[in-house]
Amino acid sequence: MLSYAAEVGKDEGFNPPDAGDFNLPPFIEGNEFATKPVLLVFLSVILISIFFILASRKAALVPSKLQFAGESVYSFVRNDLGREVIGHEFMRFVPYLFTLFTFILVNNVFGIVPMLQFPTMSRISFPYVLAAFTFFIFHYVGIRKQGFFKYMKEIMFLPGIPKPAYILITPLELATYFLVRPLTLSLRLFANMFAGHLLLLVFILGGEHLLQGVIGLKLISPFAFAIGIALTFFEFMVQCLQAYIFTLLTALYIAGALADEH
Amino acid sequence: MRSIELAAEELNPLIPHTAEIIVGFIAFSLLYMVLRRAVVPRFEKAFAERTDAIQGGMERAEKAQIEAEAALKQYKAQLQDARGEAASIREEARVQGAAIIEEMRVKAQEEATRIAASAQAAIESERQAALTSLRNEVGTLATQLASKIVGEALDDQVRQSRIVDRFLEDLEKSK
Repeated sequence: MLSYAAEVGKDEGFNPPDAGDFNLPPFIEGNEFATKPVLLVFLSVILISIFFILASRKAALVPSKLQFAGESVYSFVRNDLGREVIGHEFMRFVPYLFTLFTFILVNNVFGIVPMLQFPTMSRISFPYVLAAFTFFIFHYVGIRKQGFFKYMKEIMFLPGIPKPAYILITPLELATYFLVRPLTLSLRLFANMFAGHLLLLVFILGGEHLLQGVIGLKLISPFAFAIGIALTFFEFMVQCLQAYIFTLLTALYIAGALADEH
Repeated sequence: MRSIELAAEELNPLIPHTAEIIVGFIAFSLLYMVLRRAVVPRFEKAFAERTDAIQGGMERAEKAQIEAEAALKQYKAQLQDARGEAASIREEARVQGAAIIEEMRVKAQEEATRIAASAQAAIESERQAALTSLRNEVGTLATQLASKIVGEALDDQVRQSRIVDRFLEDLEKSK
């Protein structure tokens, strides 16, 4: 932070947090893989794997507390996101939806976990990767199910619309399926995490800075921290919600590609 | 100057980083494989077993209920049978009782009639005997009396008896 401020030649005093705060320098000079987000992503993979392997190890009829916790998450994704949205073919997609949900959730929540405190999904690369997965899966599923030409026709020519309207509708539909969907999917997740983290930084770094000021500013500082804490709870909600939305939209896109008519 | 430009490019948060894309791809794929291989099948197995257990339990309960209902029906039928049987036995007993009473009554009647008849006969014979002896006695007495009165011996048997008969006839007539 300080080195960065010096680098871009900002003034002394309070520098409001900006996009630069998301560019954490690598621990090893010049090694792009030795960064905090990368470590966090692998940490999330390890944590999720360990948790669910332990939770599902016994797979008992009467679950233990741990198994129950794991099952709750799993059955939420399986039933409420998979079965409810996709329908009878849902079981094929449950592993993907489950991975997606837990991966996004844990990486988001890293944003408010003490010591870690960085939402991995505020690095656009990760949402891009996830959106790309979803993008390829739902198109693949649609083409596989209906054949390439029928699938494209379904997308481009909505039934029940006067022919001249296709001049307008067809490009829009194409853009929706091939551009807007993956972009909004990734940007929504990214922007929520990015903005949330920025907001927390503003209040917590601001509170910290106020503490260093004159006595009047010191008195205001607790309010900044209080808002920071309140926003942390709010952020937790947003983090869960975003994981849910990403998974839900993925399920909806898959369901749409599977459906014969839309 | 160059470092500032570089920083500005780095600052654009919408530009992805190759390293992170690779990491994201690998990490996500890894997690997917772990969850798919090790977690999803086990949870599914647990779910299936649980569904099975619950369904099996329900089926068992249903079967038990059906059995209980059948048993109840059977008991009811048996009870009905028993009741019917009891009623028929009672009816039979009543009929038999009535028959016995009737029989007894008839027998008693016969006995009474018989006793009455024999009594009648005895009385009649007694009366006959009494009448005969009385007739003899009276005859003798009357003869003796008459012989005493008329002074003539009425030893002629035939005459004697004729006189007695006439006397008696007169006696009955005067009655």
